[in-house]
Amino acid sequence: MPADPAVLVEGLQMRYGDTVAVAGMDLVVERGEIAAVLGPNGAGKTTTLETCEGYRRPQAGRVRVLGLDPVHQQRELLPRIGVMLQAGGAWSGVRAVEMLRHVAALHAHPLPVEDLVERLGLDECGRTPYRRLSGGQQQRLGLAMAVVGRPELVFVDEPTAGLDPAARRTTWALLEELRSDGVTVVLTTHYLDEAERLADRVHIIDHGRRIATGSPLELTRGGTHATIRLVVTEPFPPGAPESLRASLGPGTDVTAIDERSLVISGPADSTTLGTVSRWCEAQGVLPESLNLGQRTLEDVFLELTGRPLAAGADEAPSVTARPSASVVG
Amino acid sequence: MSARTGSFVPRPGSAPMAQMVLAQARMESRLILRNGEQLLLAVVIPVIVLVGGVEGAKHVDLGLGGHRPVDVLAPGVLALAVMSTAFASLAIATGFERRYGVLKRLGTSPLPRTGLLAGKVGALLLVEVLQVVVIGAVALALGWRPSYSPAAVGSAVLFLLVGTAAFAGLGLLLAGTLRAEATLAAANLVYLLLLAAGAVVLPSSSYGDFGEVARWLPSGALGDGMRDAALSGVLDLRSLLTLAVWAVVGGALTGRTFRWE
Repeated sequence: MPADPAVLVEGLQMRYGDTVAVAGMDLVVERGEIAAVLGPNGAGKTTTLETCEGYRRPQAGRVRVLGLDPVHQQRELLPRIGVMLQAGGAWSGVRAVEMLRHVAALHAHPLPVEDLVERLGLDECGRTPYRRLSGGQQQRLGLAMAVVGRPELVFVDEPTAGLDPAARRTTWALLEELRSDGVTVVLTTHYLDEAERLADRVHIIDHGRRIATGSPLELTRGGTHATIRLVVTEPFPPGAPESLRASLGPGTDVTAIDERSLVISGPADSTTLGTVSRWCEAQGVLPESLNLGQRTLEDVFLELTGRPLAAGADEAPSVTARPSASVVG
Repeated sequence: MSARTGSFVPRPGSAPMAQMVLAQARMESRLILRNGEQLLLAVVIPVIVLVGGVEGAKHVDLGLGGHRPVDVLAPGVLALAVMSTAFASLAIATGFERRYGVLKRLGTSPLPRTGLLAGKVGALLLVEVLQVVVIGAVALALGWRPSYSPAAVGSAVLFLLVGTAAFAGLGLLLAGTLRAEATLAAANLVYLLLLAAGAVVLPSSSYGDFGEVARWLPSGALGDGMRDAALSGVLDLRSLLTLAVWAVVGGALTGRTFRWE
C-alpha cells in the first residue's frame, strides 16, 4: 500500500481580498478513514477542501492529495477522487438519472447507475428537471455523482445540509459503507451529531485554523471539569447564566448554548445538582433534561473557542426521535 | 487483508477521451434540443426570416442585384443559423452552466477542459447539421437553386466551420466574463443587432456605405462567404480570412479571460 496519506495539508494560507479564509491550516487524513472537518460557517472548511480538489492554488503552504499535487498533477488526480459540491453542479434542465449516467460515462469502471439510483431513492425524481428537484434530491444526486466513478477518496461538502432525518440516515449509511469498502471520506459539516456518528477522526477548525484533532471519543473524554448540560422546557429569563454562576459560587462556569440550554462546568457532585435544582425552582423554569459528565463535541468546541458552534450556523435537523405526543410547555 | 466484495471498492479511472467527448457532445446537444428557447433561436427564427424575406421581396426591393430572392436569402439564413447556435445559444447555455456550477462540477471529473470544449463543438455541429437540413428543406421548397459544384459545397462547409469557430469564441468570451443574466441579455442584443445590421441575411452590398463596415464583421463575412459559395461556387477568400481573424482573436481573448466559476 502506498505510504502517502490520503490528504496532507501543511501551512495552507488562503485569502480573498482582505478576508483571510485559511490561516496556516495543517491537516492529515489517513487512507480508509472518515475524517470530519468540523467548524462554524466561514471557518475555512470549503476553501480548504476546494484547494485539495485543485480548484484553488495554495497561496502559501503545501497540499498533497493521494501523494499528488492537486494543481500540477490534476489530470492524474481527478479520476481518483470524487467530489460532492455544497450546491449545484448539474444543468438546470437535466434529469437526475441522465446526469448521473453522464458522469458515469466519464469514468472507466463506473458503478451500475441503476443500483445507485435505487440506493439513494433518485428513481422518485423521474423526468423532473434538476431545477425543480427538492434540495434533498439535489443533495442525493450530488452524492451519487461523487461516488459513481468508484473513487479512492471522496470529498463531501456538507452532505446532509437540508436533508430530512430519513435521508440523513441513508446518506450516513452510504458513507459508512464507502469506508468499509476502503474508500477514504473527507466530509465537512457543522453538525456535531454527524461528526460524532461518522468520523474516525474529527478536525475542529475555527478562523481558518485547525484547533483540535482526535476521535470523537478522545475529544469528548477527559477535560479538567465535569460537564452538566441543562435543558429546560421554556426559555430562560434574561441574565440566567450570570445568576446561576452566582448561585454556584467559584470554581464553576456557566455558558449559554441557546435560549433553553446551558452548560455548567465544574464539580459534578450532589451539591452542584442540588443548587441547580433549587435555582430552577427559584427561576420558575422546568428542567427537561440534566445530563451529567457526557461531554459532547459541542462542549469541546465551546471550551476551545468560548462560543457555541451552532451560533450563526443553520439549524440542524433533529435526528432524535421524539414521542409524537410529547407535551410542550 | 480480507477480500472485499462491497460495491464501492475503489476502481478509479477515466474513460477514453473519445468516449468522454462523445458523451459530452450527446448530453449538450440533447439539452439544446430539449430547451424551447434554444430551439426558437436555432430553427424557428431562421425559418421565419427566410419565409418572411422571400415573401417580402415580392413587395419591396431588397437590392439583391438581380438574383432570385430565395437564392440570396437561403445561404444568408444558414449563416444566421450558425450565428444563433454557435453564438447566442452557446453563450447563454455556457453562462448558465457557470452559474449552476456545472462547469465547476465537470472541473473535478476526469473530463479535461479540452475535452469539454470538444464536446461543446461536437454538440454545436450536430445542431447545425439539423438546422441545415430543416432550413435547406424549407428553402428548396421555396424554390432555392444553389450551386452543387464540389467547390461550392466545399466552400460552404468551410465557411460553416470557420464561422462556427469565430462565433463560438465570441459567445464564450461573453459567457466566461459576464454574469448569466448579463450574458443572456448581451447575447440576444448582439444577435438582434447583427441580424438587423450585420449583413448576415442580406448582402453587405445592400447596406450602402455601412456595407463597408458590415463586411468586416463576423456576421457579414460569414453571410457574404455563404452567398458567394451558394450563388456562384466561388470561395470568398477575403471573407474567410476575416472570419479566421475573428476566430483567432475571440479564441485568444476567451482563453485569457474565461472564468469557470
